Amino acid sequence: MATFTLQVNGESKTVAVDSDTPLLYILRNDLELNGPKFGCGLAQCGACTVLVDGKPVRSCVATVTSVAKGRITTIEGLGTLDRLHPLQRAFIEEQACQCGYCGNGMVMSAKALLDRNPRPSDRDVKAALNGHLCRCASHNRIVRAVQRAAAEMRS
Amino acid sequence: MSATPPRGVSRRAFLETGALVVGFALAPRLARGQDRLPGSLNGNRRLDAWLRVDPNGTVTIFTGKIELGQGIGTALSQIAADELDVDLKRLDVVHGDTARTPDEGQTAGSLSVEQSGTALRFACAEARGILLTAAAVKLGVPAADLSVRDGTIGASGGGRVTYWDLAGDADLGREATAKATPKPPSEHTWVGKSVRRRDIPKKFTGGAVYVQDVRLPGMVFGRVVRPPSPGAELASVDEARVRSLPGVVAVVRDGSFLAVAAAREEQAIRAREALKQSARWKETESLPPSGDALYRDLMARPAPAQTVIEKTAPAAAAAVKTLDALYTRPYQCHGSIGPSCAVAQWQDGRLTVWTHSQGVFPLRGDLAKAFGVEAKDIRCIHAEGAGCYGHNGADDVALDAALLARATGGRPVKLQWMRDDEFMWEPYGSAMVMKLSGGIDAQGNVVAWSHEVWSHPHSTRPGSSSGVNLLAARHLARPSAPVLPADVPQPAGGSDRNAIPLYDFGSVKVVKHYVAQAPLRTSALRTLGGYANVFALESFVDELAAAAGADPVEFRLRHTTDPRARAVIEAAAQHASWKPGATGDGARGRGVAFARYKNLACYCAMVADVAVDRAWGRVRVTRVVAAVDAGQIVNPDGVVNQIEGGIIQSASWTLKESVRFDRTRVTTRSWVDYPIVRFDEVPEVEVVLLNRPSERFLGVGEGAHGPAAAAIANALAHATGRRLRALPFTAERVKQALA
Ligand code: FES
Ligand code: FES
Repeated sequence: MATFTLQVNGESKTVAVDSDTPLLYILRNDLELNGPKFGCGLAQCGACTVLVDGKPVRSCVATVTSVAKGRITTIEGLGTLDRLHPLQRAFIEEQACQCGYCGNGMVMSAKALLDRNPRPSDRDVKAALNGHLCRCASHNRIVRAVQRAAAEMRS
Repeated sequence: MSATPPRGVSRRAFLETGALVVGFALAPRLARGQDRLPGSLNGNRRLDAWLRVDPNGTVTIFTGKIELGQGIGTALSQIAADELDVDLKRLDVVHGDTARTPDEGQTAGSLSVEQSGTALRFACAEARGILLTAAAVKLGVPAADLSVRDGTIGASGGGRVTYWDLAGDADLGREATAKATPKPPSEHTWVGKSVRRRDIPKKFTGGAVYVQDVRLPGMVFGRVVRPPSPGAELASVDEARVRSLPGVVAVVRDGSFLAVAAAREEQAIRAREALKQSARWKETESLPPSGDALYRDLMARPAPAQTVIEKTAPAAAAAVKTLDALYTRPYQCHGSIGPSCAVAQWQDGRLTVWTHSQGVFPLRGDLAKAFGVEAKDIRCIHAEGAGCYGHNGADDVALDAALLARATGGRPVKLQWMRDDEFMWEPYGSAMVMKLSGGIDAQGNVVAWSHEVWSHPHSTRPGSSSGVNLLAARHLARPSAPVLPADVPQPAGGSDRNAIPLYDFGSVKVVKHYVAQAPLRTSALRTLGGYANVFALESFVDELAAAAGADPVEFRLRHTTDPRARAVIEAAAQHASWKPGATGDGARGRGVAFARYKNLACYCAMVADVAVDRAWGRVRVTRVVAAVDAGQIVNPDGVVNQIEGGIIQSASWTLKESVRFDRTRVTTRSWVDYPIVRFDEVPEVEVVLLNRPSERFLGVGEGAHGPAAAAIANALAHATGRRLRALPFTAERVKQALA
């Protein structure tokens, strides 16, 4: 075991774990963050997505060592129930899920997309989210939610 | 999910207090001679089993139906708020807890609003009457002079009292009579509105929502090591070595059941790998052949032919043209995005399980049998999981966690399956064969119709029979007796669900071959047999229409007298701008299909447009327009969401999905082996709702899957002139058909 100090949602957090521990388990179990989800552990579904220095990263395969120097943002770091981020508000307004298990990854990758492209086409949104699976098939609502958030963030 | 006891209170005491607070008598069983009560009220007849009014200004409703992301909690609160005349914000909903809620069996079959909603509607209407009577006494005025606004009761001549003041006086600890008349639709404030779902805000802000988010003091993490194949037995494993790995708290080996608990989750995963490496298994070839041979094998298995329906129309003219066709559907996965998970804890011989099972009471029953304890010593508490779409690993993992938790000295265990556990061991939707034949007369009317179906079970859920329907129970050193489940009977049907045509087809015969012994474990996947039967039936209707030279929409209407069926077919055609006689151009085409789910629930018709890439064999569904009649609609956006999701999920099943296996092992292990639709493949969807406020609620959760498959098949045939009868329509099959 080794000690790591991580920058998560603007705070420093120190954990003692093996150096090859995937970030996901630290976020969920040590820091008790519910946002990132275990879906496959294989970088195939996107449920575990967080941002590291603004870029989407699959935390189920990213080791703690690989992110130790980065700024880590989870969905909890975007906003809260009383102070929603425009993306969170838009996903709620569009009722953009059934079970919602995929939602964390969708929001986080959408955040990275809107940061680099504030005016995406539907095609851009779909391309940015194409590596994320949604089994409940809420895809069309998710695209609408991202566009709604984009519009709000531009105004 | 904070299940942490308040400081200074032991977990045990906490649970007991929890039980005291809600200490109502659970439903007395229906005695002979009692009146039949509406919906689930019939089996759970006390009013206080359904709701509680609290002095603090809130109402809690209790339901045995669980939230699956279908928005049931919201729909039920809309119904309760309307009957009680309270604001939605005052309502709390408790779902599926064997210590607190009514037993409503499984949350399945698109029945939740019909069963639980109906019960709550009557229970709340009656509770409102009781509260008004209490108010009348208090205010000294006749009850008829009272009106209610958000729980405040006012007399026409002045004088007010609230539900919250009356909470102590109004006794709901009594048997329901269902004599209070629920409100007419014109007086509804919430029902019929697209109220926002109450479960969603937490889901997008990292709230504790799912069973995966349950955290208990002292909790450890578990993983299972499943056999490499369905026929495998554990020969040897080096448990001692794995016990010495960092963090490992327990290794459990019982027959071929193998599991490990560790202090940290990644340690449990590593220990699982180590166990897997060291385990030696004796494997046997127990799986059927693949490809077309799978269906020959299924049809050759011994199963008596059972006639589901047979009616002859003596007046019918003789057929001048007859057709027959064979349709097939492979084994398919639920493929939940979140692998199955449960938290279990044993304390003083009593078990508590947090579970995303669709039926906490049946699960408790099977767990009790598996452990040889009484049901009263087990409490199953529902917590949401990722969408399950039927009977997946949710119940199985509860037994896994409980078996492992026996070895952790009272510490709770959170056990989640890995991705390959889920793909290899969830019970699949059964492979099926449908053999259709039919004849048309000189006018092009269908005068003879026959539908023969071969299928394995569609319901092997816990509680469905005498044995234990939990996976690990078969792997234990003392396995529980194997269960041969019966088929779900008509009128809902299981393997024959939706096999009886609703059209007027002259002589009709439906026969099923129910093969109870399945080489791969099968159970309820959304619609049971309905998806495949509607796919076959509605494909064959188009084949007969083509033989008759008729337009598919007109052909369906010609054979349909039910006005509600006609209305959805007409609405779908109209909104899609259906043009009779339009021809496909080789690459683009459109198809129509209709079904009334289970022949009992919602009516749904749709038109699908497809584009075919002939060189690559790729089929894209570009647009689907659906029309739905679900009777009275509680939450329109909720219905649209279900239908939209159903169409896209069905498109995924229809175009892409089948479980792979060789003669020994399932080889579907990850999303690479089991592709599902992605954003760039998803059709545009338009849903038209035909609201019928004066009709009863009809379930919609599974209404779209069958019609979507058939509409796509028909569109493909329309586009290319070639008909595909084997699901899924992979590029390989499409190329073959076009060659
Ligand atoms: S859990 Fe990380 S990509 Fe699926
Ligand atoms: S909403 Fe359930 S997986 Fe996307």
